[in-house]
Amino acid sequence: MKSRFSLEGKTLLVTGASSGIGRCVAVECAKMGARLVINGRNQERLNQTLGLLEGTVHQAIVADLTDHEAVRAMVEQLPQLDGVSHNAGVTSIGMIKFIKADDWQALSQINVFSAIWLTRCLVAKKKLNKPASVVFTSSISGNDSVRHGEALYAATKSALSGFAKAAALDLAPQGIRVNCVHPGMIETDLFHSSQDALTQDLDEMKKLFPLKRFGNPEDVADGIIYLLSDASSWVTGIELKIDGGYTLI
Amino acid sequence: MTLDQFVQQFAEQFDETPANQFSPSTDYKSLEEWGSLTTLGVITMVDAEMGKRITGSNLLACTTIEELYNFIQRI
Repeated sequence: MKSRFSLEGKTLLVTGASSGIGRCVAVECAKMGARLVINGRNQERLNQTLGLLEGTVHQAIVADLTDHEAVRAMVEQLPQLDGVSHNAGVTSIGMIKFIKADDWQALSQINVFSAIWLTRCLVAKKKLNKPASVVFTSSISGNDSVRHGEALYAATKSALSGFAKAAALDLAPQGIRVNCVHPGMIETDLFHSSQDALTQDLDEMKKLFPLKRFGNPEDVADGIIYLLSDASSWVTGIELKIDGGYTLI
Repeated sequence: MTLDQFVQQFAEQFDETPANQFSPSTDYKSLEEWGSLTTLGVITMVDAEMGKRITGSNLLACTTIEELYNFIQRI
């Protein structure tokens, strides 16, 4: 008998799939038997992800999710979906007194508005099956804790989690579950570039985690797989912290 | 931005340390207030006021404010 954690027979859209957590989610979902449509902005890196996926039924669509018309066109091309994993996002570190309006708008476009607009288009075009599961990759930042310099990033991630909760309520009658994962510090390329900006002592930082290590993308992907699978069929509107216990202390 | 202006902007990233303690020859990492928040302040000041991107590693590699200023001029 098929495990309730299996994704066999499910068709899933994974955004932000050209790198980091999104790429890992795509790879792990394919291992669990899903048919995938992956999205990213960079054709070359998206094709690299496509090459990493088990099976041959998958599809890649290059689209900039901050471009509303590009999203509309992508949604038209999509098959019916059993789930969506939203991972497109960027980090930002800076001091409040140096916030620039353009930076704030650009960050909000990528981290919040693109996910909201894509969800809106999927719902309006009835691309989500009944039942379906939508999972947003948010963050502990802004929702559970913050660190120096994260004001803008935290604002976008708490906005995303707020939207997800409201969407969980609004879309429940259509059989669509909506949940968030809240990763802590995950070792991706993005992580290493942002840590270099601050030159934190990484070994010292690891000691702040009760489980004594940073997360890896697979830790997050496993949580997302649970929320996409039938194993979570009575779970909606939650925020699943995946942070090695960081926010306990 | 001149060196004197840079020293002044650098000093403004500190809340506790008096401005008169900053000069081109100040070894900034020896200041008691030097830490993650002031590192972040200097990095974002350089970005916002000078349009240059520097990292924490760059700040660790330099010793005095003048050395940092000269480094920024070269990038």
